[in-house]
Amino acid sequence: MSLVITLISTAILALLGLAIAFGGILGFAAIRFKVEGNPIVDEIDSILPQTQCGQCGHPGCRPYAEGIAAGEDINKCPPGGEATIQALADLLDVDAPSLDAEHGEEKPKQVAIIREAECIGCTKCIQACPIDAILGAAKHMHTVIESECTGCDLCVEPCPVDCIDMVPVENGLSSWYWTAPKDAHIIATDKPPHSEGTSA
Amino acid sequence: MSAISIDKSKLIASTREVFDFHGGIHPDEMKSLSNQTPITTAPLAPQLILPLQQHIGKASKVIVEVGQQVLKGQKLANADGFISAALHAPTSGTIEDIREHAIAHPSGESDLCIFLIPDGKEQWCSLQACEDYQQLSASEIQHKVSEAGIAGMGGAGFPTVVKLHPPKQAKVDTYILNAAECEPYITSDDRLLRERADQVIAGMQIVASILKPENCLIGIEDNKPEAIAALRLATKDTLIQVCVVPTKYPSGGEKQLIKLLTNKEVPSGKIPADIGVVCQNVGTMAAIFKAVRFGEPLISRITTLTGQQIKQPGNVEVLFGTPINWLIEQYGYQASSKRGQKERLIMGGPMMGFTLEHPDTPIVKTTNCILAPNETELPLPPPAQACIRCGLCADACPAELLPQQLYWFSRAQELEKAEHHNLFDCIECGACSFVCPSAIPLVQYYRHTKGEIKKLNAEHQKSDQARERFEARQTRLDRDQAEKDAKRKARAEVAAKAQAAKKAATSAPRQEKVNTDLADKKTANIKETKTDAPQTIKAEDPTLELADLKETWDKAQAKLDKMYDALDDAKINHPENISKLTRAVEKNQMRVNQAKLLWTKTNNQKSTVDDSKAERVTLEPATTEIESKVDIPALELALDKATSKLSKLQNALDNAQPEQVEKLTRAVDKNKLRVNAADTELQQALAAQKSTNESALVDTVEAEPKVDISALELAIDKAVSKLSKLQNALDNAQPEQVEKLTRAVDKNKLRVEAAKAELQQALSKQVTVEPETTETEPEVDIPALELALDKAISKLSKLQNALDSAQPEQVEKLTRAVDKNKLRVEAAETALNQASASNNATTTKHNGEL
Repeated sequence: MSLVITLISTAILALLGLAIAFGGILGFAAIRFKVEGNPIVDEIDSILPQTQCGQCGHPGCRPYAEGIAAGEDINKCPPGGEATIQALADLLDVDAPSLDAEHGEEKPKQVAIIREAECIGCTKCIQACPIDAILGAAKHMHTVIESECTGCDLCVEPCPVDCIDMVPVENGLSSWYWTAPKDAHIIATDKPPHSEGTSA
Repeated sequence: MSAISIDKSKLIASTREVFDFHGGIHPDEMKSLSNQTPITTAPLAPQLILPLQQHIGKASKVIVEVGQQVLKGQKLANADGFISAALHAPTSGTIEDIREHAIAHPSGESDLCIFLIPDGKEQWCSLQACEDYQQLSASEIQHKVSEAGIAGMGGAGFPTVVKLHPPKQAKVDTYILNAAECEPYITSDDRLLRERADQVIAGMQIVASILKPENCLIGIEDNKPEAIAALRLATKDTLIQVCVVPTKYPSGGEKQLIKLLTNKEVPSGKIPADIGVVCQNVGTMAAIFKAVRFGEPLISRITTLTGQQIKQPGNVEVLFGTPINWLIEQYGYQASSKRGQKERLIMGGPMMGFTLEHPDTPIVKTTNCILAPNETELPLPPPAQACIRCGLCADACPAELLPQQLYWFSRAQELEKAEHHNLFDCIECGACSFVCPSAIPLVQYYRHTKGEIKKLNAEHQKSDQARERFEARQTRLDRDQAEKDAKRKARAEVAAKAQAAKKAATSAPRQEKVNTDLADKKTANIKETKTDAPQTIKAEDPTLELADLKETWDKAQAKLDKMYDALDDAKINHPENISKLTRAVEKNQMRVNQAKLLWTKTNNQKSTVDDSKAERVTLEPATTEIESKVDIPALELALDKATSKLSKLQNALDNAQPEQVEKLTRAVDKNKLRVNAADTELQQALAAQKSTNESALVDTVEAEPKVDISALELAIDKAVSKLSKLQNALDNAQPEQVEKLTRAVDKNKLRVEAAKAELQQALSKQVTVEPETTETEPEVDIPALELALDKAISKLSKLQNALDSAQPEQVEKLTRAVDKNKLRVEAAETALNQASASNNATTTKHNGEL
């Protein structure tokens, strides 16, 4: 009988010791390796296109990333389009919905161009630009730094003389790359309904 | 292979050891089609089209104008930056235009080109020839190469001058001349080596003089025996080793040739220079020699024109800018006879070349071959079939990749996985596509996926940049806002100070005016009304006559009115001073009330007291705070004297002759009044002291009321004893004296009542004003009250006894006295109850606090 008690008490003591030891390790790790901020927000933010256009209803991409981390829909980013939605869905392991039309349509990449002859130098577009991509001073001509422009079109609306155009980005030779080969459907029944023969 | 017959096996045996690389294929060589004839010079085209971007890096910057006459070899465009190359006029003529034109690019897109109309004179500009070029320094050679606009002529078009700068961190171990020319059909390097090997070797020596390599090797495939022989001849007296490698595609790939000759592999993502190897093309060497020796810029190259569609295939030395369709037409090219079929012209070889979208694309620095195949020799690829996972592609891959995996990832656009499978190490040699039994255009998939990844990375980089800019802007805006807030706060503070100063400036004179008004009566300084106000009243009250009191009241009232005005003003102008003013007004109000009360009291008193008494009254009270304290015992003394005098008088009255009675009674009355007055004075003094104590220091308050109350009690006791004496006198009095005595008794009773009321007031005030002092007070108080009550009761019983034994005519009066005494007893009882109740409340409160 005493042997049984000894055995049980030994086991309990051993388990207790282990519990204390691992508790200590976990407690130490929780403090030592504490993660600052919310890492998921950073990951979401890195997927968003950073146009800072506010079409999602947030004042920038990071606030929207925080919104998504808090459970908001992932289909509110027209500049990112379906690719961004897909990437977000992959990251968050949710279904990828189609783009919410309420927030705008996916457009080809654009860049703002100021018709400089018409610019009156009011600086309104400079104040509107979320990434300081417009150069100029009061009563002097303004111009867009094209390489920095994200095409958010926030500068268009404030312009009192409507001298800002949004033009699609020209894909120069440096950004050209090979198109994907088309699938050749050599079996008649595999052909999609409207495809015209094979091309390769 | 006819002119010089060389034993192939003997050749290979005599060279240094060569290694092998993984995979590789053996397509039909098709080189004999174009390598049988010597290099010819192409005729001058009617128009030369010179793209500004014929190399990797930044496009050149135009330095000529439209309409300008240029000489052969004149610079048309400068290199823009380090990784760029200059452009020269291939012949003399006129700049016709600078506009966009289709260029040699797989996209078939247009780019900016200089259009030159040759004048046919072939007039050279002055060239800086250099006989003793071996004596030139490295920087001079580099400058000459840079000025000549030489770019790699193997196919990539990397600016050569960059490769002539020895890597800073690593010494160049091996310098390799790439003469492998592994791609089918192309023979330009072969022919160049056969005919101008000395130029190539000279160029190599120039480069070696800069790079100073340990080993200087020439890698050449064993299918070019004539070229090998020529090279051996040219390198006879040099340290350059000719390394013959077995024919296998793609041994001419830079990384593959390095592996073949040195057995070193270029790590993923690195360049050969990182492992101490520099690799250059044959054509480039000849160009370097011409540039250094004769100062000739790079204006032409040797291009292979081949394919069944060209009647006279061969290698031609052709000026840059010559339109391809015009050039091949000079060599008997005939467009495909089939109607509706697009002309099929390939720039480069069949493996790595690309189909030209526009036949009028010009020859550029990288055009080593123009292939115009017919249908049978290079048929269009059959439709792609499904991957059967045979693994042939993996066997063929010279980069040791997994083409099948890459294919799946590319198809599914799993870019990250493709990248992890080292997609970017693919050299796009096309070996996998060549061996694929399902004819899957694998390289096309890889090229597309590479483009996708690059685009994505570029976008990511741009979005990072945008984020950085956005965050920087946010920080700037926040900082600006913080600065603005700080400034606003500082401004508000300054404004508040200014307001306060202004306020002080405007209110000071007003206060001073008030002070001067009061200064007539008061000697105390009244800068701070808060502390001064009660003192003033204390100091003034006892000394002032009724008129003075009235005056004080009026003045206080006037001051209060002024204060109200100031307050109204403050409400509009200086909100921050309102609370101060309100406090001041409250105090003034209190003062006015006190003054009013005092005046009323005095007025009432005066109306009841005789002139003589009033005089006495005015004499007694002290003028100062301290005096008023000393005053009370004096007053009590006066009261005692008056009382004793009164009792003496009454005794006299008792023993008096009837004719004296009336006089004595008057005297007694007078004395009684005097006693009354003294009592009132004492009460006033006590009340004044109480009010002093209320506003004065707490420690004095603690002590004073005790003295005060006991004094009052003493007064009451005396009054009561006097009353009893009077009643005794009344009892024993003569009938005619009865009425008078009864009056005296009544008066005395009233006095006793008043004294009691005073005592109660004092107690209740003490209770309400100084709760902390009431701790001990009520205990003292209540026995006193009880004592008073007992006395009142005993007096009442005495009165009733008197009533019983009284004369019938006295009965009515005595009954009244008895009633009054009853009332008094009741009042005393109520007071006692109140006192004990408040005592209880205080104690409870105190306990609660504790």
